[in-house]
Amino acid sequence: MNIRTESVRAPGYLATLAARERWGRSEIAFWLVLVAVYFLLPNNLMFASQILITGLFALSLDLILGYAGIVTLGHAAFFGLGAYTAGLLTKTGYTEPASGLMVAGLVAGAFGYLSSYLVLRGRDLSRLMITLGIGLLLYEVANRATDITGGVDGLQGIAVGKVFGLFAFDLYGKTAYLYVLVVSFLLFVMVRSLMTAPYGLSLRSIRENQQRAVAIGIPIRARLTNIYTLSAVIAGIAGALLTQTTQFVAIDVFAFQRSADLLIVLLIGGTATLYGGFVGAAVFLLAQDWLSSINAEYWLFWLGLLLIITTRYLRTGVMGGLKSLQRLAARAKPGEES
Amino acid sequence: MLNFLGLLFDGLAYGTLLFLISVGLSVTLGLMGFVNLAHGVFAMLGGYLLVTLMGRLGFGFLTALPLIFVAVALISLVLERSLYRPFYKKTHLEQVLLTVGIIFVATAGATYFWGPGQQPIEIPVWMKGQLNLAGVDLSRYRLFLMAVGTAITLLLVFGLERTRFGARVRASVERQRTAESMGIHVERVFQITFALGSGLAGLGGALGVDVLGLDPYFPLKYLVYFLLIVVVGGPGSVIGTLSAALLLGVADTAGKYYIPSTGAFVIYVAMIVLLLLFPQGLLGRRKEI
Amino acid sequence: MNKFLNRLSALLAAFTLAWTAQPALAQEVIKIGVILPLTGPYADYGEEIGNGLKLYMKQNGDTVAGKKISIIIRDDTGIAPEVSKRLAQEFLVQDKVDILAGFGLTPSALAVAPLATQAKKAMVIMNAATSVITTKSPYIVRLSHTLPQISAPMATYAAKQGIKKVYTLVADFGPGIDAETAFKKAFEATGNKLIGGVRVPVTNVDFASYIQRIKDAAPEAVFLFLPPGSATISFLKAYKERGLDKAGIILLATVDFADDNLMDALGTSVLGLVSSGHYSAAHDSPMNKAYVQAYVAAYGTKMRPNFMSVAGYDGMAAIYAALKKTNGDADGDKLVAAMKGLQFESPRGPVMIDPETRDIIQTVYYRRAEEKNGKLYNIEFDQIKNVKDPGK
Repeated sequence: MNIRTESVRAPGYLATLAARERWGRSEIAFWLVLVAVYFLLPNNLMFASQILITGLFALSLDLILGYAGIVTLGHAAFFGLGAYTAGLLTKTGYTEPASGLMVAGLVAGAFGYLSSYLVLRGRDLSRLMITLGIGLLLYEVANRATDITGGVDGLQGIAVGKVFGLFAFDLYGKTAYLYVLVVSFLLFVMVRSLMTAPYGLSLRSIRENQQRAVAIGIPIRARLTNIYTLSAVIAGIAGALLTQTTQFVAIDVFAFQRSADLLIVLLIGGTATLYGGFVGAAVFLLAQDWLSSINAEYWLFWLGLLLIITTRYLRTGVMGGLKSLQRLAARAKPGEES
Repeated sequence: MLNFLGLLFDGLAYGTLLFLISVGLSVTLGLMGFVNLAHGVFAMLGGYLLVTLMGRLGFGFLTALPLIFVAVALISLVLERSLYRPFYKKTHLEQVLLTVGIIFVATAGATYFWGPGQQPIEIPVWMKGQLNLAGVDLSRYRLFLMAVGTAITLLLVFGLERTRFGARVRASVERQRTAESMGIHVERVFQITFALGSGLAGLGGALGVDVLGLDPYFPLKYLVYFLLIVVVGGPGSVIGTLSAALLLGVADTAGKYYIPSTGAFVIYVAMIVLLLLFPQGLLGRRKEI
Repeated sequence: MNKFLNRLSALLAAFTLAWTAQPALAQEVIKIGVILPLTGPYADYGEEIGNGLKLYMKQNGDTVAGKKISIIIRDDTGIAPEVSKRLAQEFLVQDKVDILAGFGLTPSALAVAPLATQAKKAMVIMNAATSVITTKSPYIVRLSHTLPQISAPMATYAAKQGIKKVYTLVADFGPGIDAETAFKKAFEATGNKLIGGVRVPVTNVDFASYIQRIKDAAPEAVFLFLPPGSATISFLKAYKERGLDKAGIILLATVDFADDNLMDALGTSVLGLVSSGHYSAAHDSPMNKAYVQAYVAAYGTKMRPNFMSVAGYDGMAAIYAALKKTNGDADGDKLVAAMKGLQFESPRGPVMIDPETRDIIQTVYYRRAEEKNGKLYNIEFDQIKNVKDPGK
C-alpha cells in the first residue's frame, strides 16, 4: 500500500521539482547575451555594470518581497552598509576587491539578521514604517559621522586594488563589467537553486497563507529571519560592487529614493520571477537615461506615469506580460508548445 | 519655566498643523486599510492653491482657505473615482506603488507649473509678530493655527460621535462586513471621508506654507511625519491621531531645544520604539494592517 | 515555459542595439560634456548654471579659434555620484568629449575627478564649492567659489563692526560644518571668541526651538549657513516673528542664504540681512547690467540670474579664453596651463584663476538686503578685493 502510493505519486512530484531546477535554453541565452554585451557595446560597459548591480540589488529585494511577501521601504540600508564597508575597507589598506565583497556582505548580513527581529514583528504597515525608519536612521548616521563617512561630500580616496591581484579596473569599465557579471552570475545561481528547491516553495506558502504554512510544519519565523538575512547579504554585496566599480561612495546609497526606485524596478520586471530584477533594472535605467536625455526636467513625471500604469494594468511586470503573451500564443497555436 | 511654556506652546501649534494634514490619512487608512502614501500631495496642492489664489488672483488669506478646502476635496474625489477605487481590494504593496507613482507625477507637475523653488507667501499683517501673555511670548500665527485646529477637532469629534454619518463611519471602521450587511454603503462612506480628509490636508497644507515651506518635494519630505503620526496614533482614530501629532510636535520642539545634538535621530528612533511598543498605535482599533 | 525568456533575450538585444554609440564626429569640433542636476531637489541649480552657460555661447558665438564648440548637457539628478561618474565616463569613451564641465554638487565633482586625471581632460567646475575639490585632480579648474572663501570674510566684517558676541547656526552637513569652521577660524584670528553655536538637521524647518536658544545666549550677531530653500525661509520668518530683529541681533549670512532666486520667497523678512558674496544680480557694473538684461531677454523673469548662472557663464568664458590662447587645442594639459593665471572681467567683477590652486580669486562683497524698484536685492556696500580660498 505504502510502496504503491509512493511509486505512483513520487515521480510526478519529483519531476516537477526537477523541471523547476533545470536550466532552460532561454535562461542560458539570457546570460550569453550579457556576455555578448562585453564585446558588442565596449563604450557602454560602465552603464551595463550599473544595470547589473541594480539588477542584483533588485534580486535581493525579490527574495523577501516576491518570495516571502515582506514589504520594505528601506532596503537601501543594506546596500549602503555594503557600499560603505567596501569603501572603508580599502582605506584601511586592504584593497583586494573580491574578498572585500565578502566582508561587505557579512557586515550587511549581520545587520540584516539583527534588524530582522524588529522588522518581522508587525504586519505590512508597521514593517513599512520600521524599514523606512531604519533606512532614514542609517542615512542620518552616515550624514553625521563626517569623520568616517565624509558626510554628504561622500567617501573619498577609495583605492580599489586589482581583482585577485591580477585585473585592474580601467577607464572603459571592461574589468568592472566582467567582475560584476561573474559575481552576479554566481549569486544568481545560488539564489536560483535555493528558490527552486523546497525551501523556496516553503517561502511562497508563507507568503500565500501563514496559517496553512504553520499547519504543514514550516517554521515561519526561522524561514523569514534567514531569508531576510540572505537578502541583506546580497544587497550588501551589490552595494560593495557599486563602490568598487565607481570608486566612490555617496550618502545617497542610503537614500529613501533608492529604496523606492528599487521597488519600482522590481515591479516593472515582475516579482518572484528571478529574472524580474535584472529586466526591471534594464528597463528602468534605460528609460531614465532616454527620457532624461529628451527632457531631463520632467523625467519624474514619466516615471510616475509608468508606475501608475504598470500597477494598474500590468501587475505582473514585464516578465508576467511576456508569460501571458506566451500563453496566448500557445492557445492560438495548440500543439506548438505543451 | 517660562521657556518651557513657550516651547510647549510652539510644539502644540506645530503638532496641530501636523494633525490637520494627517487626520484624513488616518481615517481613510482605518476605514479601508488603504495605504495612501500620496496623502501629502493634497496638502501640497492646498499650499500651491493658496499661493496662486493670493499671489496671482488677489484673494485674501481668510477667504482663500475655505475655497481651498472645497477645491482640494473635489479634486480628490475625481482621483478617488479614477485611480484609487480599483485598488481597494489589492495588496498593500500595489497601493504603495500606485501612490508613490502619484507622488512622482504630482512633483513633476508642480515643478512644471510653479517651478522647482520655494514659494513666497505673505500672511496678513495682523497675524505677524508675537503676543505677550503672562510673560510668555506667543506667536500670533501659531495662536491662529491652534484656534483653527481646535475648531476642526471639535467639529470632527462632534461629527463622528453625534451625527448619523459619523455613526456610519464608526460602524464601517469597526466592522466593515457587519456595517455593509446592515445596509451601510461603505464605499460611499469612504468616498465622502476621503474627500473630507483630503480637503483637510489641503487646508493644512495651505496653513502650513508659512511654517513648513512649500516646494515640489513637499509630499516626500513630510511623508515620514504623516505616516508616523497615523501609525502611532492608530489608524482610524481621530483622538489618537491628535495625541500622536501633539506628542510628536512637542517632543520634536523640546528635543531640539534641550538636546540639539541629537538632531534628526529623535524622530526616527521614537518611531521605531513606539511601533515596537504599540504595534496597534496608541489608541488604535484592533485591526490588522 | 521558456519561450518567454527567449523573447526576453530578444527584447534585451533590441534595447541594447537601440542604444549603441552615436556616429563618429567631425574633426573641427570641440565637444564639451556638461553634467548638471536638472531633476530632483537641486534642479534649479542645474537650470541656472545651464542658462548662464548657454547665454555665453549665444552672445559669443559657437566658434573659437576656428573650431566649432558643441555642448552636450546631461542630467545627473542631484546627489547621485555614480550617475555623474557614469555620464562622465560615457562622455569620455563614447562621445569623445574634450572638456568636462558643470557639476552642481560636491559629490558629483569628487566622483568624476579621477576620470579627468585618467583621461587627461580639463574639468571645469561651475558650482560645487567644497574646498578640497581642486586638489583631487590637476585637471580641475573652478570658476564658482569655495565656502571658506565666502564665509571667512564675514568674520572679518563682524570684527570690524566691533561685534564681540557671535553665535553660529549651521545645517548639520558637510558644507554647513565647513562654513562654521571657516568662520570660527577667521573670527578667532581677530582675537574674538564665539559664544556658542548649534547645528541643525538639514531637513529641519521648524526653528522655534533654535531661536529660543539664540535668545537665551543673547548674542550681538548670528552667523548662518542653511541649505537654501525652505530652511532659510522658515528661519527668517521665525527670526522676525520672535522679535530677534527688534532685540537688535544682527544676521550674518553667505551668498547661498540670500540667493537672488530666493529673495521673493524670503519676502520682506529678509530686509536688512547682511551677507558676504561674490555675486549679486544688483552688482553695479555695465557688464552686469548687460548680463542681467540679456538673461531676462533669453529666459524671462521667472528666474533671476544668480551666482550659479554667473559661474556657468564664466566657466564658458574661461574655456573660450583658454582655447584662444592654445589656438584651438583642447588637450587637457595645454588647456589647464592656459587657464592658470587667466584674468578677465566677469559680471561679478574682475576674476582670476589662481595658477597654484586652480581656484578662482575674486572680490567678495558685503551686501545688505534692500528694496530696489519694488524688488528685493542684495545691495553691495563694501568689498574685499582678490580673496583667495583660505581653505587650502
